[in-house]
Amino acid sequence: MGSTRSLRSYLQQFGLVIAFLLLALTLTLLSNRFLTVSNAVNVLRQSTINGIIAVGMTMVILTAGIDLSVGSILGLTAVVTADFLQRGWPVGLAVAAGLVLGAVLGLINGLLITKGRIPPFIATLGMMTLARGLALTYTQGRPITGLPAGFRFLGAGFIGPVPMPIVIAVLVFATGYLLLARTRVGEYIYALGNNPTAARFSGIPTQRYITLVYVISGFLSALAGMILVARLDSAQPIVGQGYEFDAIAAVVVGGTSFAGGEGGLGGTLLGVLIIAVLNNGLNLLNVSSFYEQVVKGVVIALALLLHRAAR
Amino acid sequence: MDHDDFILRMEQICKRFPGVQALDNVTFRVARGEIHALVGENGAGKSTLMKILTGAIPRDSGQIILRGQEIEIDSPGRAQQLGISMIHQELALIPYLNVGQNIYLGREPGGPLPGLINWPQLYSQAREQLARLNMDLDPLTAVADLPIAQQQMVEVAKALSFNADIIVMDEPTSALTERETETLFEVMRTLKAQGVTIIFISHRLEEVFEVADRVTVLRDGRLIGVAPISEVSMDDVVRMMVGRELGEMYPKQEVSRQDVVLRVRGLTRGNDLRGVSLELHRGEILGIAGLVGAGRTPLARALFGIDPVERGEIWVDGQPARINSPHAAIRLGLGFVPEDRKEQGLFLGMAVRENITIGILDRFSVLGFPRFRELDRLAESYVRQLDIRTPSLRQRMRNLSGGNQQKVVIARWLTLHPKVLILDEPTRGIDVGAKAEIHALMNRLAGEGVGIIMISSELPEILGISDRILVMRQGQIVGEFSRQEATQDAIMLCAAGGKGNAN
Repeated sequence: MGSTRSLRSYLQQFGLVIAFLLLALTLTLLSNRFLTVSNAVNVLRQSTINGIIAVGMTMVILTAGIDLSVGSILGLTAVVTADFLQRGWPVGLAVAAGLVLGAVLGLINGLLITKGRIPPFIATLGMMTLARGLALTYTQGRPITGLPAGFRFLGAGFIGPVPMPIVIAVLVFATGYLLLARTRVGEYIYALGNNPTAARFSGIPTQRYITLVYVISGFLSALAGMILVARLDSAQPIVGQGYEFDAIAAVVVGGTSFAGGEGGLGGTLLGVLIIAVLNNGLNLLNVSSFYEQVVKGVVIALALLLHRAAR
Repeated sequence: MDHDDFILRMEQICKRFPGVQALDNVTFRVARGEIHALVGENGAGKSTLMKILTGAIPRDSGQIILRGQEIEIDSPGRAQQLGISMIHQELALIPYLNVGQNIYLGREPGGPLPGLINWPQLYSQAREQLARLNMDLDPLTAVADLPIAQQQMVEVAKALSFNADIIVMDEPTSALTERETETLFEVMRTLKAQGVTIIFISHRLEEVFEVADRVTVLRDGRLIGVAPISEVSMDDVVRMMVGRELGEMYPKQEVSRQDVVLRVRGLTRGNDLRGVSLELHRGEILGIAGLVGAGRTPLARALFGIDPVERGEIWVDGQPARINSPHAAIRLGLGFVPEDRKEQGLFLGMAVRENITIGILDRFSVLGFPRFRELDRLAESYVRQLDIRTPSLRQRMRNLSGGNQQKVVIARWLTLHPKVLILDEPTRGIDVGAKAEIHALMNRLAGEGVGIIMISSELPEILGISDRILVMRQGQIVGEFSRQEATQDAIMLCAAGGKGNAN
């Protein structure tokens, strides 16, 4: 929470900033293509999808939960939206329908967890399989291509010199930050993660707010899916597979505690950027994608050790 | 009795914790093969003494002489080697392992190769231990499938498997039914006949008088007396336990009786609450006494909508009330300060300000945006009013002392101006100064017309501050005392099942 940052968490974030700068410096020395305006914009644009998902994931993890279904929700909402567009629905309506579908899938997650008392890991694992299965069934495994220009603007358009995905991601981060640091809902989310029993005893309708974070996560996954499909001009039923990994990685690298109640979007932003720069740098250096996984794993482990040391 | 008859002598044991002398020159002597009861109020020093005996904490001074030899017990493992085992109130078995595995956990007899276990030998040894207790129990049964009473037998068998000849039992009957208690007593007598010495800690005096040979009474960390059971009466023991006259520790303001703010009829929930009825008046402090497990906390939880009840009606201010969640209870003007403030009351990782105002956040928000400046001012005023010692409103809760943490929990309720405030063990683990401040605060609230229900295991506290006292036993209200007629002896007798002023 903006108002309660301790010296410790400043140190933690400061450590992350240094890690980020060191990473950037190393890549600058290793590749002359890294530190250019076009590459920087590229990195930012690539980080938008993960960034938007990670905002929802941060809120989920702050309540000591987890959402494994983000990639599958992204996939299902993407193919459904693309299908509606091809059927000639107006862009605004199709996008709204897709976003509502994402929120509803998140609502189902939330109800399974609060009313069904299923642990978040299991509930969202189920949703992960279910939504992917529905996406494959819906499309019969075939990609949906050829989308209207009005829709493609979401992924490929510009506002002034700034790519549209970056504009959207910045808005999502700003709204998320405002929600967590400045609103009642934000304070309740931290309280819930900190001590769910005390939260309930204080009269907070805990189930409502736990459900809410999964709704937000589902909604933002759908939004990220729109941008991705608009950029690629194609909705594959397997799109988004494995995206939960990068989102969770960004959140934990950013210092949000899996135990809930501690952390926030400032750290997640850095986490997203570190992962994006890492992906980009390994690409520029022509590192084989096999090693890429290894390096990513090592970096995540190092970041977690850094947080541990700061505690 | 000659010194040589004592298997165990703890001589002039002293132990100091920050702020309290837990044991002050306590001498405790146990004869070979007796059942020796150790009694005293909460905080008398029983547990501390037994923790020292079983090596869980070190003593400051004094000697421990076992079988005539002065010894050092510096770890629980050492105590076990010396033949001293303790069976805790909370059983320490692993539910999904079977009985035999639990008895020999970590000491399994080896097989032909290192790392292998000789299962047949393990189970036959387990059978032998169980036979010593006259228990017909299959060592292959999973512990989770056993009733609590039999799980306790497994603990006893485990203790015996260490060749223990001194077994400490800490409140072993608190979770047992009467029949199970009888079985346990049979086992205790069987062990005694085999020469095993048992130290028996219990709050229930009738049990002590049924099974023990001698009794040692502690109070406020001092030895008050030792006597053969045959030579004392229950009243004598109660008097020894309670002892002191009430000092001026609890200044009480008299409040004239006003309207009923809370009325409860026939509240029932399983065995925890069996038809509880009560009335609470505006401005009244109603003390609820009783032993651990008597149903006091379940009553508080039911009133506050935490656990659903099967039957029963509640009226607040004369209106019938449906309380099915804490949220609903708070809307009706109830507040609840739970027993375990760290687990249930506080957001330890959050700031003092947030902890104080979390309950009133919705009333101080415009379109979901809290007015932080006003919340700060509000929190600041409570910090000053209750004299909460914190460097700033931004301080994280976990850095405050226990007394100040409790004041923050109370402040949270004060922001909501409740009509009824329920406090469960409000001063447990809090130093004397903060305790007096919390009592003064309760008096002030009562003076302002708040109805207060206070659950406490400390009789002096109950007697000192309550206008009226209800005593609970086995999920029922078994006695009611006015402030004038209440005495510690009477309440203790009533709570433990003796004669009372029952309705």
